[in-house]
Amino acid sequence: MPHAAVSPDAAVTFDNLTLGYNSHPAVHHLSGTVARGSLTAVVGANGSGKSTLMKGIVGILPPMAGAASVKSGMRLAYLPQQSELDRSFPARVVDLVSMGLWPKRGLLGRHTSADKARVQDAIRAVGLSGFQARPLDTLSGGQMQRALFARVLVQDADLILLDEPFNAVDARTIADLLTMMQGWHGEGRTVLVVVHDHDLVRRHIPDALLLARRPVAWGKAQAVLSPANLERARSFDEAWDETAPWCSPNEHEHEHHHHVHGRAHSLETPSLGDPHLHAADLSKEAAQ
Amino acid sequence: MTALYEFLIAPFVDFVFMQRALVGAVLLALGSCPVGVFLMLRRMSLTGDAMAHAILPGAALGFLLFGLELVPMTVGGLAAGVIVALGAGAVSRLTIQKEDASMAAFYLISLALGVLIVSMRGSSVDLLHVLFGTVLALNNAALILIGSITVVTLVALAVFWRALVAECLDPLFLRSVSRLGPPVHFLFLGLVVLNLVGGFQALGTLLSVGLMMLPAAAARFWTIRLEPLCLLAVAIGIVSCIAGLLMSYHASLPSGPAIILSAGVIYLLSILIGPRGMLASRFRPAIHRTA
Repeated sequence: MPHAAVSPDAAVTFDNLTLGYNSHPAVHHLSGTVARGSLTAVVGANGSGKSTLMKGIVGILPPMAGAASVKSGMRLAYLPQQSELDRSFPARVVDLVSMGLWPKRGLLGRHTSADKARVQDAIRAVGLSGFQARPLDTLSGGQMQRALFARVLVQDADLILLDEPFNAVDARTIADLLTMMQGWHGEGRTVLVVVHDHDLVRRHIPDALLLARRPVAWGKAQAVLSPANLERARSFDEAWDETAPWCSPNEHEHEHHHHVHGRAHSLETPSLGDPHLHAADLSKEAAQ
Repeated sequence: MTALYEFLIAPFVDFVFMQRALVGAVLLALGSCPVGVFLMLRRMSLTGDAMAHAILPGAALGFLLFGLELVPMTVGGLAAGVIVALGAGAVSRLTIQKEDASMAAFYLISLALGVLIVSMRGSSVDLLHVLFGTVLALNNAALILIGSITVVTLVALAVFWRALVAECLDPLFLRSVSRLGPPVHFLFLGLVVLNLVGGFQALGTLLSVGLMMLPAAAARFWTIRLEPLCLLAVAIGIVSCIAGLLMSYHASLPSGPAIILSAGVIYLLSILIGPRGMLASRFRPAIHRTA
């Protein structure tokens, strides 16, 4: 990990963080910090824990062990994957972008004319002028992503988490969205972005975190995305089994106890340990 | 003209029971139709149905202990509805079972229990009353109850509107900016139960969900904006109530089913002729714009 100790410059601090669903870890023993003002790509195969990590930072998914803490006072904007959004909902582009006013106006605060102007500015800034009244289900993937970026703009956040913003988006839109992202970076905002395209990361994003449930590498993107690291990430993926028991083999029948179990696990293995050893143990258990 | 008056207006002018039925039904539509719109948009249309069954044993228990009295049956229905909603929610959160399955399980248990309880005391006529209601016999207490439920529903919808919309459209976003997501979900389920309980006096447990869902489903074929959708659903609900009461009056039909069937007819017509319906999508104009 490049940033080992907790520093005052940390926007997000991971302390032996384990996140997962139904007692299966999706992010396993992650420690380190995301520096303030950094632009970091989160890369890894499907199921390697990228989206889970985002949800953990936002606080939507409580950790099974360890902690992910956002520096207090930081305003956070989270852009979930497009697939999590109900496109058939009867809303217009302007309705979607106006949701970005929530941190400022909340449930009942009136949207002032200045707020509305900001929403319009954001829609213009992402190149969707004239689309204000378009229903969401008539937008293309790229237009939808532009609208969601406009919502992030309106949120005016210090920490921006983008989950696969370049999926199902054409090259020109990717270029525009990248420019916006780099603009946020230039303004000193901290940006974490889940990306699949390694070349794009190498060319445009300074830092990268490579996940394969466990963190494989974290640092300068060029170094992180080396063939050796990518190969390690792949072999990790093969070693993990969705049906593998989590810890001690005599406990995995007890579905209801997995929260307790998770805590116990973190106590038993407070340090990172050797990932190879651990993976081998689990696959042995799975074979039993 | 006179014939039209005789047919449409006179029944409501001449008979107090028709006036009461009209007031009760319109109040009910005001509250439960917007709730139905949100149920539909959250793909929980069948949850309304399940909840309608779920309130039966509570109402039946009230009926068994106190007879056909408003307060015990209402309180019982509310309690049963809340228990089933929370129970199904708890099962889906604490076990691997998803909410649709746990909801189905709970409402089936609830329904069986309800029928059993009703049969312990009354005849099948009583059972029919609990299941299908009597909009033509609404007393003052029932009207006040329905009115209060309408007011509570409309106030809650107005206050939590933004959160409800965000929870439907992009729940993960709402959870990233606010803690209101889960409470709003349960508040909303509470409104569903409340309106179904309000409806069962007038329409019975099985039909009150019809007044909730059919106008919402019909309105969806006419508009792509949320606010008009809610208003249109209320309008369709009110028209269905008036039409159903008139049918019931002139043709001596049971009022509850007549109201729901009126809504059903509007729904079927909407499928055909609504701007987002079948005919419109089959016969789009051959010309198209350049961009």
